[in-house]
Amino acid sequence: MSAELGLAALWMAAALAVLQLAGGAIAQRDPYAPLAALVRPAAMLQGFLALFSFGMLLWVFAITDLSVKLVAANSHSMKPMIFKLSGAWGNHEGSMLLWVTVMALAGALIAWIEKRLPEKTMQATLAAQGFVALGFYAFLLLSSNPFERLPVPVPEGNGLNPLLQDIGLAFHPPTLYMGYVGLSVAFSFAVGALVTRQVTPEFARVMRPWVLGAWVFLTMGITAGSYWAYYELGWGGWWFWDPVENASLMPWLAATALLHSASVLAARDALRAWTIMLGVVAFSMSMLGTFLVRSGILTSVHAFAVDPERGSFILALLTIYIGGALLLFALRASTVSEGQRFAATSREGALVFNNVMLSAILGIVLLGTLYPLLTEAFDVRVSVGPPYFNPVGAIFTIPMLLVMAVGPLLRWREDDIERVRAPIAIFIALIVTTALFTVLAKSDIGILPLLGLAVAVGLGVASFMPLRGRNILRVPLATWGMVLAHFGVAVSLLGMASESAFTKEKLVAVAPGGTTELGGFRITLEGVEPVAGPNWTAMEARISAQRGEGKLHVLTPQSRSFWAPAQETTESALLTRWDGQLYAVVGNQADDGRWQLRLWWKPLVTLIWFGGLLICLGGTLAIIGRLVGDLRRRHADRREAEEREEMAALRADASTPAANGEIV
Amino acid sequence: MRWTLWVPLLLFAFFVGLAGYQLSQPKDEFIHSTMIGKPLPEFELKPASSALPGVSTADFRDGKPKLLNIWASWCLPCIAEAPHLEALREAGVEIVGVAIRDKQQDVDRFLETHGNPYSRIGADDISAIQLEIGSSGVPETFVIDGQGIIRHQHIGDVRAENVPELIEKLREAGQ
Repeated sequence: MSAELGLAALWMAAALAVLQLAGGAIAQRDPYAPLAALVRPAAMLQGFLALFSFGMLLWVFAITDLSVKLVAANSHSMKPMIFKLSGAWGNHEGSMLLWVTVMALAGALIAWIEKRLPEKTMQATLAAQGFVALGFYAFLLLSSNPFERLPVPVPEGNGLNPLLQDIGLAFHPPTLYMGYVGLSVAFSFAVGALVTRQVTPEFARVMRPWVLGAWVFLTMGITAGSYWAYYELGWGGWWFWDPVENASLMPWLAATALLHSASVLAARDALRAWTIMLGVVAFSMSMLGTFLVRSGILTSVHAFAVDPERGSFILALLTIYIGGALLLFALRASTVSEGQRFAATSREGALVFNNVMLSAILGIVLLGTLYPLLTEAFDVRVSVGPPYFNPVGAIFTIPMLLVMAVGPLLRWREDDIERVRAPIAIFIALIVTTALFTVLAKSDIGILPLLGLAVAVGLGVASFMPLRGRNILRVPLATWGMVLAHFGVAVSLLGMASESAFTKEKLVAVAPGGTTELGGFRITLEGVEPVAGPNWTAMEARISAQRGEGKLHVLTPQSRSFWAPAQETTESALLTRWDGQLYAVVGNQADDGRWQLRLWWKPLVTLIWFGGLLICLGGTLAIIGRLVGDLRRRHADRREAEEREEMAALRADASTPAANGEIV
Repeated sequence: MRWTLWVPLLLFAFFVGLAGYQLSQPKDEFIHSTMIGKPLPEFELKPASSALPGVSTADFRDGKPKLLNIWASWCLPCIAEAPHLEALREAGVEIVGVAIRDKQQDVDRFLETHGNPYSRIGADDISAIQLEIGSSGVPETFVIDGQGIIRHQHIGDVRAENVPELIEKLREAGQ
């Protein structure tokens, strides 16, 4: 019954999305049409129904209703409850439903509280939002019904991919979807503004929290996904330029650019068309990512739920939304006037430079990701990897990071570079000194890690410079957010550069009781024993690691075998110290009884993800700062309006005393 | 400068064309066994069910072509192919099963619910035999000739249209 209720709610939500689209479209011609008044309520009800539908899906997973095809294919009665629930979105159909649910909730939220934009623009925005949601409903209802019943219930479910039975991964897709959905809201706002030609600073202010939110979630998703790949896959790497990793990076790059150009639009009423373009591009990139993952068009370690039919469906959606939006852009953008002008040496100038750099990096990643698709059309199979992405990306990343250190110090509109000579001198001195010391310490260092280290140190210090000469307590939260996020970039870069410059790796065969050395650690294989979990068995190695005369630490990497479905995975073991991580993986046993151990010492590697967290924190602070600012402004506006009314009332009293029947 | 506004749309159209073309191209997702034409590896599997005997390589050398069905009670497509295996058995085909990573009571329950087309079923608890004959998933069905040579591999569940196909392959293997 629950499955049928969920499906019914989904159909009703789809019908409401149609109403939302139709109402919003009619409102463009006749703002007082009866349907126009229904746009906001339809969006709110649609959000509720989608949430209800997703709740029903969670329920059939929670009770392991094996008559539902999706549950039978992706769950198992023996699984822990948390993984039963996460199984609901750990598959194609469920994750699409989660996506559309979050999107419908976001639509409901803007329909409920957003009153700052002209009503016509809001109606166009909600119509766009309904149109996008409608495509997803059609996809779910016509080709990926999550509530489909089996003719005969199966006695036991088919398990969840053991690689996905991981708490981090249970939350990885929802985080990414929050990000994607935030970008879909930004997209709808952009379309709404383009339709009504209302590309104003107010539009940028309304859109900004959604972009910021999306950006924080995307950063979190990428950070978590990277850490997951690092410890779960057991390859010792943290980024592989895999098509699907790129698919998550591209919307992030576009969102980063959008975030900054929206700030220019909000503060200075410039970059109107460019902001709209980025709004469209950011959402396109998230749709493109979904397409690449789900269609199986590119070979990837992530390829799951691969199905060409789904691929065609998503490609059709992509064509309608993105093609439509780009067509609208081509037709309308020339009628959106350019906005305020500014000098090259100014805050806007620096932001434009970085926007161009970010777009260039985006273009490079996009090209590298799609290149195999292009060559396959000529029957040539290629795989594009780090030798392309790293150096070509760096060409644009390094100048961007340099300008990023200086940009926040500049004034809006026009500035004199002489004014910020001292901070720039400090910044350059830091870079040069770090580079010199690094070369002295390690002469065979690669050029990219060297540049990375030097720029990271310089940028780390420079990111705090916007605070100099200011009362720390009175600095706005949004500025703190920027400082922390920029510092996070520096921290993360330091981790990446250090990992790539100083990592030590060792592949050894050790007999139980045997010892080896790495990165100052004495590493002893104490023994290997079988252990069992709820749905797996494993060989677990006990490894002790000791640095100098310090404390003895025990690591227990495993080689796991899952039995439903049958699959082998390696569970790496990590020893985290303040200055790096010891990473251990246990392999097979050789005929002579020795075990293969793969060991890495990775100095400062944790900074990569710590930096990611700092960026998220910075973004969150910026959102809070902006929202608090908006609330204050709204409050002040209301006060002002009230005062004006009172004054008007008083004046009316004074001018027509007789009207009140008072005797003077 | 107005024409530049059309550039994004043109680039996007190019991408859609390329992706659409690639999607329409057939893509081989199957992992084909390299053991076709080679004899079965030597193995001896203990019985997987309480009712039927186990399987060994010698069972395939009696001069009569057979089907070797790699399956498991925990595998959903195996339920879907059960009636078609039954149809093959009714057509006089001998089907030898190898149950992958299974338990006896589960196998018995499966056979009770979905029918038993097998003459014998061996238990392959660690997928060893499965990997040796070049199968990468369940279910897969192999045509083995009377000398124990692997003649044909069918990947995925056996559907109604595959029944005459497999009978034809068995006939070829018997010549």
